[in-house]
Amino acid sequence: MIDIVRQKISKLLSDGSVKGVVALAMANGHVAPCLFQKEDDLEPLCLGDTKKPGDARYPLNKVLITIARQYPEDVFGVLVRGCDERGLYVLYRLNQLEPDKVMTIGIACPQELAKACECKKPYPDELVAGEKTEGITQQGVQDMEDMDLSKRFSFWKNQFSKCVKCYGCRDICPMCFCRECSLECEDIISKGELPVDIPVFHLTRAMHMTDRCIDCGLCDETCPSGIPLRLLYKKTSKIMNAEFGFTSGINKNEQSPLNLMGPAPEK
Amino acid sequence: MDYRNTLTTCTYCGCGCNLFLESLDGKLTHTTPCKTSPVNEGKLCIKGWNVHQFVQSEKRLNKPLLRKDGKLTEVSWDEALDFTVSKLKEIKEANGSDSVGFFASAKVTNEENYLMQKFARAAIGTNSVDHCARL
Repeated sequence: MIDIVRQKISKLLSDGSVKGVVALAMANGHVAPCLFQKEDDLEPLCLGDTKKPGDARYPLNKVLITIARQYPEDVFGVLVRGCDERGLYVLYRLNQLEPDKVMTIGIACPQELAKACECKKPYPDELVAGEKTEGITQQGVQDMEDMDLSKRFSFWKNQFSKCVKCYGCRDICPMCFCRECSLECEDIISKGELPVDIPVFHLTRAMHMTDRCIDCGLCDETCPSGIPLRLLYKKTSKIMNAEFGFTSGINKNEQSPLNLMGPAPEK
Repeated sequence: MDYRNTLTTCTYCGCGCNLFLESLDGKLTHTTPCKTSPVNEGKLCIKGWNVHQFVQSEKRLNKPLLRKDGKLTEVSWDEALDFTVSKLKEIKEANGSDSVGFFASAKVTNEENYLMQKFARAAIGTNSVDHCARL
């Protein structure tokens, strides 16, 4: 699979379609985001798999935003999985990236990773390498809903109380790009104090994720306290889908129901 | 266009979390925890997440200051070190080696801390060595 990806990147760079390609590189024994600019410099390219498939994924779209803000006229390539491509669609909608300045190199996730993520679409629309696998039914949210209310309440209270307020969930999130963040607004969140404001901190973030979260799971992976944030955002996504028939990042030209006036769009 | 992620170790405490300092055209833009590091496995605390900020902070002290006539004044490293040496000698001669204490730092490397305690014991002649547990 990696050879196909390497060939594709090499082609994009050599024919001048892109100024650079944001992907992952293996250097010093570690995987890191990298901007490839020369076609004969692709040896360290990797796909973020070390011990398990996709266990060294990084928010490449976030890197792309950083570079594109500095070089708005240039076209860049970016390595995307299904979730990353959904992320791009949302970022186009929110005017953070321009679709005609981005070329994707799409890879499909293996079944093992799709299952671990409970991913509804473990492949991008534009697939370059890998085999499409089936989307997975989201059992985690259902299991949570099956708990009775008081148990659920104490479960989340317990989870939120573990928070050390590292803001890692926000800092790693490829959909978090605001220059001013509500989580730093002292009218809502106390500054420099623990325990965290329960449930305001986590629910404020969950609210802001309702039409943005693309279910990549990087927040879950970076949380030092092991709070199941992804499960929380899966629930908000489920509500958005039930109420408005909306799933963020599924359609390239999507509109968020939160930005529409008038009657609810047809499901 | 020079985009890099430089693998390094967090300077805030002794845990030794590995992180990438992201830079674009020589300016630091972001910190990303290293997922393949066995120390922190892709996680950081709030200080680690913001470690790139102090490097370029306008408030950062990057030249030695010496108090002259009650006012902090910028001086060269040579002048600052000469002053420190003369004062340390003066204090040691007047009050003995144990009148000087040394504080090591969690923000520097193991080797630098080793050198500091060596300096305390061998050059000054005291075993009053401690560290700043809080930063």
